[in-house]
Amino acid sequence: MTTLVNKKNPPDFGTGTLILGFFSLLGLILVVYRWIIGLGATTGLTDGRGWGLWISFDVLCGIALAAGAFVVAGTVYILHLKQFYPILRPTVLTGFLGYALAAFAIAVDLGFPYRIWHMLIYWNVHSPLFEVGWCVMIYATVLALELSPLVFERFNMKTPLKLIRSITIPLVILGIVLSTMHQSSLGTLFVLMPHRVHPLWYSSILPVLFLISAIAAGLAMVVVESTLSSFGLKHKLETRLIGKIAGVIPYVLGVYLVLKVGDMIISKDFAYAFSEGNLSVLFWAEMLINIILPMILFSLPSVRRKPMQMFSAALLVIAGLLLNRFNISLFAFSAGAYAPTWLELFVTIGMVAIGAFVFTVASHYLPVFEHGHISQPAEKPAGIKVLKELEPAISTANIPSTSIE
Amino acid sequence: MTIDRREFIKRSGMGLAGAFVMPDLSKTLSPTVSPDCMGTLYDASQCIGCRNCEIACKSNHTSDDASPAGIQEDQQDLELSAETWSLIKLYQDKENRSIYSFVKVQCMHCIDPACVSACPVGALQKTENGPVTYDEKICIGCRYCMAACPFEIPKYEWEKVFPRIMKCDFCVDRQNAGGEPACTEACISGALTFSKRSDLLVEANNRIQNDPGNYIDHVYGEHEVGGTSNLYISKVPFEKLGLPTLNSSSLPSLTWPWMRAVPGVAIVMASLMTFLYWLTGRKTKIAMEEVHDDSGE
Repeated sequence: MTTLVNKKNPPDFGTGTLILGFFSLLGLILVVYRWIIGLGATTGLTDGRGWGLWISFDVLCGIALAAGAFVVAGTVYILHLKQFYPILRPTVLTGFLGYALAAFAIAVDLGFPYRIWHMLIYWNVHSPLFEVGWCVMIYATVLALELSPLVFERFNMKTPLKLIRSITIPLVILGIVLSTMHQSSLGTLFVLMPHRVHPLWYSSILPVLFLISAIAAGLAMVVVESTLSSFGLKHKLETRLIGKIAGVIPYVLGVYLVLKVGDMIISKDFAYAFSEGNLSVLFWAEMLINIILPMILFSLPSVRRKPMQMFSAALLVIAGLLLNRFNISLFAFSAGAYAPTWLELFVTIGMVAIGAFVFTVASHYLPVFEHGHISQPAEKPAGIKVLKELEPAISTANIPSTSIE
Repeated sequence: MTIDRREFIKRSGMGLAGAFVMPDLSKTLSPTVSPDCMGTLYDASQCIGCRNCEIACKSNHTSDDASPAGIQEDQQDLELSAETWSLIKLYQDKENRSIYSFVKVQCMHCIDPACVSACPVGALQKTENGPVTYDEKICIGCRYCMAACPFEIPKYEWEKVFPRIMKCDFCVDRQNAGGEPACTEACISGALTFSKRSDLLVEANNRIQNDPGNYIDHVYGEHEVGGTSNLYISKVPFEKLGLPTLNSSSLPSLTWPWMRAVPGVAIVMASLMTFLYWLTGRKTKIAMEEVHDDSGE
């Protein structure tokens, strides 16, 4: 979603970047307009439906799709699988943009945007939204810190670089903890509303389902992004590396499928599988096209050898995440009639454009992909030679054993 | 400590699964009803639809008391709004128009309210003697309360730049001053009674027992979503009056086990990740030493 079209000629920002810039600017202007005029005049929201496109897409989908950041950071730093390092920085950058934009979208959606800080001093530990708010704030900061070496390296600032490297591991662990907490709490948000969410989607284990589907979609985002940026940056696509990431997706989707089906059997919700008209169609589309089909595709070694096939299967997973979140919060969410206004639509388009625009500019001026040029045969076990020649992730200080020689 | 990668992944996977300390979903918060909790009893069979309660409500919380008197043709279509916190609706059977009933809608003042648990900043509070109150100075305008309420009570000042959540506050000021809510005071037919909730439950059951032909044997609000301060009895089934069919577990009791588990999950995840970091780091080190040995240094 974020990595786009225009990366084909990053050196001299082409038409694509201009278009992104235009939609970004348009979105920002509309946001200011909405803040001045109010929600009622600018959105399709009513008393019957207080949450619309911004919550469904910008917040729920945006945060879930940014889950790749904590998974890849954990893979590289915690599991010490350094061969995934080349995709770390672009993934963390995407993650940061996803969270920053979700937080921005919340500020656009709030009735009192200037009171967003109230969550810092007025606590309600019973509220899932309170927890999500806190985690998003802290995690966005964590991601910014994880990204800060890009800036420090660019301007050769040694002291802050040293400082940030010394806390990389605690930061990554904090990021994983926060992600587990709030990705699931976004599901808890809907556990409170059995009267709204259709039984085909409502479940008392929604928090677990939200976390797992976010991990699957986050990994799919890594596949999509790596493919897109390999076009733009002309570095050889590390097909084997992406293939390995893709190989994990069927397991994640499998866990999701088992839990989802098991939960539906226990709660006897399969009774609604064919009786709900369009909702039943949406349900089966989600299950068959967006879960089972990509599971099969990613399981095939032949698919995992072909970048474009992996790319397409990953798009299915991402579409499934979008469909799932929209089903839960909009289509199968029992509330008043709603259609987004053109303003809501262009604010959302603007948010996506801002993310893509910043990513493009950042990858041009900052060493986002630079480390990716170090060619590293993925099938080679991480022996001493590889470890030595690879600039260790962000941090040398944390792996003293590798630097001793 | 030589484990191959496959086994390691298997082990770490199991560890991850264990990290989801499943909250005990069977344990629910049993909402404790304060014996002093006040409530109202609305007897639909006695309501004559005069709407005095509605007018009294409006004039109590707004300066202008321009409320229409009498029943309008489209009475069923009127809804609560930011300005209208209490409303008498008319239910009329589509085929047999002689079957009809009025129904008063307003905040139910749940004993364990979903809105209070949903509000991220605690702008909504359940007070000990009944009212669910709103602090407009704290509210951030997220509207989670509107989505969470099973009765669709909280309304929004959509036309304002900085809209507030609006709903019946059970005349908390009047109650604190020792008075009763404007609506119950204004009721001339005896359909609305204001008293202690426990007394009202006894009264409601008495009325049902004494006139079983005129009432369904069910006090709405006794158990719905864990119980509400405002109770209903009626001859016409409650779902026809627009009161949703809800089960007896309170909504916050569904989310609280998850929320309560959060600190534990955080600690388990942090420990597990630290352990994995140590484990895989050690493994890498050993692998390196082996390479050393092999190269014959």
